[in-house]
Amino acid sequence: MTEIERHAYDVVVIGAGGAGLRAAIEARLQGKKTAIISKSLLGKAHTVMAEGGAAAAMGNVNPNDNWQVHFRDTMRGGKFLNNWRMAELHAKEAPDRVWELEHWGALFDRTKDGKISQRNFGGHEYPRLAHVGDRTGLELIRTAQQKIVALQQEDHREHGDYDARLKVWAETTVTRLLKDGDRICGAFGYVRETGKFVVFEAPAVVLATGGIGKAFKVTSNSWEYTGDGHSLALLAGATLLNMEFVQFHPTGMVWPPSVKGILVTESVRGDRGVLKNSDGKRFMFEYIPEVFKSQYATSEEEGDRWYDDPDNNRRPPELLPRDEVARAINSEVKAGRGSPHGGVFLTVVDRMPGGAEEIKRRLPAMHHQFKELADVDITREAMEVGPTCHYVMGGVEVDPDTGAALVPGLFAAGECSGGMHGSNRLGGNSLTDLLVFGRRAGLGAAEYVDGLAGRPAVPAAEVEAAAAEALAPFEREGGENPYAVHAELQQTMNELVGIIRKEEELERALEALDKLRERVAGVSVEPVAVNDGRGYHPGWHLALDLRNMLIVSEAIAKAALERQESRGGHTRDDHPGMSAEWRKVNLVCRLGGDPSSPRVELRRQPMEPMRDDLIGLFETDELKKYLTAEELPAGVAGDGAAGDGAAEEKQEGDR
Amino acid sequence: MSYEATFRVWRGDDGEGELKDYAVEVNEGEVVLDIIHRLQATQAPDLAVRWNCKAGKCGSCSAEVNGVPRLMCMTRMSTFEPEETITVTPVRTFPVIRDLVTDVSFNYEKARQIPSFDPGDVQPGEFRMQQEDVERSQEFRKCIECFLCNNVCHVIRDHEENKPDFAGPRFLMRIAELEMHPADASDRREIAQQDHGLGFCNITKCCTEVCPEHIKITDNALIPMKERVVGRRYDPVVWLGTKLGIVKKGQDTPSA
Repeated sequence: MTEIERHAYDVVVIGAGGAGLRAAIEARLQGKKTAIISKSLLGKAHTVMAEGGAAAAMGNVNPNDNWQVHFRDTMRGGKFLNNWRMAELHAKEAPDRVWELEHWGALFDRTKDGKISQRNFGGHEYPRLAHVGDRTGLELIRTAQQKIVALQQEDHREHGDYDARLKVWAETTVTRLLKDGDRICGAFGYVRETGKFVVFEAPAVVLATGGIGKAFKVTSNSWEYTGDGHSLALLAGATLLNMEFVQFHPTGMVWPPSVKGILVTESVRGDRGVLKNSDGKRFMFEYIPEVFKSQYATSEEEGDRWYDDPDNNRRPPELLPRDEVARAINSEVKAGRGSPHGGVFLTVVDRMPGGAEEIKRRLPAMHHQFKELADVDITREAMEVGPTCHYVMGGVEVDPDTGAALVPGLFAAGECSGGMHGSNRLGGNSLTDLLVFGRRAGLGAAEYVDGLAGRPAVPAAEVEAAAAEALAPFEREGGENPYAVHAELQQTMNELVGIIRKEEELERALEALDKLRERVAGVSVEPVAVNDGRGYHPGWHLALDLRNMLIVSEAIAKAALERQESRGGHTRDDHPGMSAEWRKVNLVCRLGGDPSSPRVELRRQPMEPMRDDLIGLFETDELKKYLTAEELPAGVAGDGAAGDGAAEEKQEGDR
Repeated sequence: MSYEATFRVWRGDDGEGELKDYAVEVNEGEVVLDIIHRLQATQAPDLAVRWNCKAGKCGSCSAEVNGVPRLMCMTRMSTFEPEETITVTPVRTFPVIRDLVTDVSFNYEKARQIPSFDPGDVQPGEFRMQQEDVERSQEFRKCIECFLCNNVCHVIRDHEENKPDFAGPRFLMRIAELEMHPADASDRREIAQQDHGLGFCNITKCCTEVCPEHIKITDNALIPMKERVVGRRYDPVVWLGTKLGIVKKGQDTPSA
């Protein structure tokens, strides 16, 4: 048997992005001996790519903003499929989480009176995104990283060891969660540098592994986004919620090929950027859906006035939620009105009063990115953009307050958890999601550990099985190259489970995934010269990640086939409408069948009705667009007239 | 628009290694990291390379391309002639783990020695700072920690013996960032000089030259820090205060 290191912690956090770091900080603040396990070096997580900002109703720029307005925007963005309790907690707690970052040293851009500045963003009624230029994610990661260092410095003063109570396992990958009976007892993984196996003995594990983008060919996500947390949770017996909802960000770079998929921040549109087709037409006015008609400008003039006078004008349709904009771009390209490289044009040229200088000041990272990567000067030329796989709304089914999954001892936060964003996430809600629910999951895990009578033990058989699984790609000889299998998986998902879906294609996708399952099981790698052949071996790493990408792909395709409606990040060409009946349904995935080759199984689970005080925040006319007649507040179900007035009056109080 | 380029890539571990030649396809619009990835996918599946965002934002793919420290994702192939041999080697200042991956733990150790942000008595939500006051530190917080500045700095590039006493441009800049943070209550001027080797810097600006974020490390962080250290030491009021016993020594924040 190969050598295995063992380390004991109270809480193990898998993932070192915003959610993971915040969860680990909280667990450590609660006095728990905590480990952070990161596939990359500390500070490199995909959170650094978040550009726009962190949505929090602080009301610094528009004092009318408050948690209720933010809650409403979030539910609308998610098309009412959100876990409303999560949306409520998020809206209420986001300001505190942002102020906390500032207390840890973050330097946000300022308002004139010295507060944290807030910017407009798609789907947000008021300027709400705390930001630092267009590199807000980097600020969040760096600040959390530096807070971790601050806590390690405390431990160093007290114990003479920086790692005494909070240890970062950089470049370490977890391949299996370990269970003692029905509850979590730890995690099994390998150190990427040496290939050495490690068992983390811990009664509580927080998953914060981010998304699944690497299952798709065109994605804004980095190599790390292989659905690890989603897959680890399923393999450990937990459930995933609404995996069919995948957000395709409307504006990814389409040229040059090396950067295809990389994001162009939505702030470009918040800062007066407009979308045009090859005829030079601002086409978004053609794509305002019925549910949003009252909130968006119908003429370019009104839209343009909105930037300076938002109280008396409606916002431009370039700022519709992401799913709407992505679909519109897709339609324009399909209709032959695309840009030379298969996107559309996004331009800020001549759009800002301060000219080129203002563009550079407001969008420094974008200016830099296009200049360096595409040789395009955005102060003089339009950008070419198109949809790119960006974010998965679906994820581990959790308790909203504690982040607890269905398996005792397992917690999840951030992108790998589900529910918060419903069928579509608003830009800016992700960064505060990480903070709000990262903290809650860290707290939930700490409280769970406190409540345990005894620590679970790690069964030897679990460890042996995990080690055998990890070594399998070396045992097989003459198998396929993992890179080739990965490329085909990505192609399949992009073509058949992409932004627009139909039954026949989804069925073909599932067949293709079945064949890929055999090929994934057959990939093989050759040992390298160092560390028993496993020293920093990217081919081997990918071979192991493939299992996870395949599982999440199957979950997405199955759920997408099942949900016969179009909503948010799930568009069915053959079922174009949004259905109030389907809104009441959560699709829950778990693994079933033969444990040696488990399959994703789907179950329909009724959505819990929204609490009365929260439903009262909406006007009845709006609710009617989403809810069935029976779900509407009492008295308005049959004929709306009588109840409408009451609901509207209540509504007025919040404005 | 495709052509076949000659890549000479360093292969090996911390013990030994060699430059190996590869002929590999290059397409229009690609960067060096694309070519390394193509090598991985088609010829050398075990070729070790660190990368994440592929957009110049995470600072993972640092290497030396034809001897110049660079991010591979930000080095466009169009800057080379098709017939040019492109040599890719790991960054030189840190020990090689394998191929293009180096052990950069030096940087994480230095980061831990610098006293963290100190908010004083201000409570969360109560900070009031002007944009012009935060901009100086914001420039330094653009840093993506690619560590190219530390890699290129001659103080440690070929002088292992200086490493214990020198935090490198990255972390001297971190000290400057905290010193210029409008809400920070600590004083790191003394340790900048005594513990972290600010005096080693003789402002050759190599760090500024390689910074992919175009941060003016030398002009805006290191030189002003040097001035502050001097100001702290030779301020006549402080000197007189200590002599008279009004100003007590030892209020400097110690290294962590």
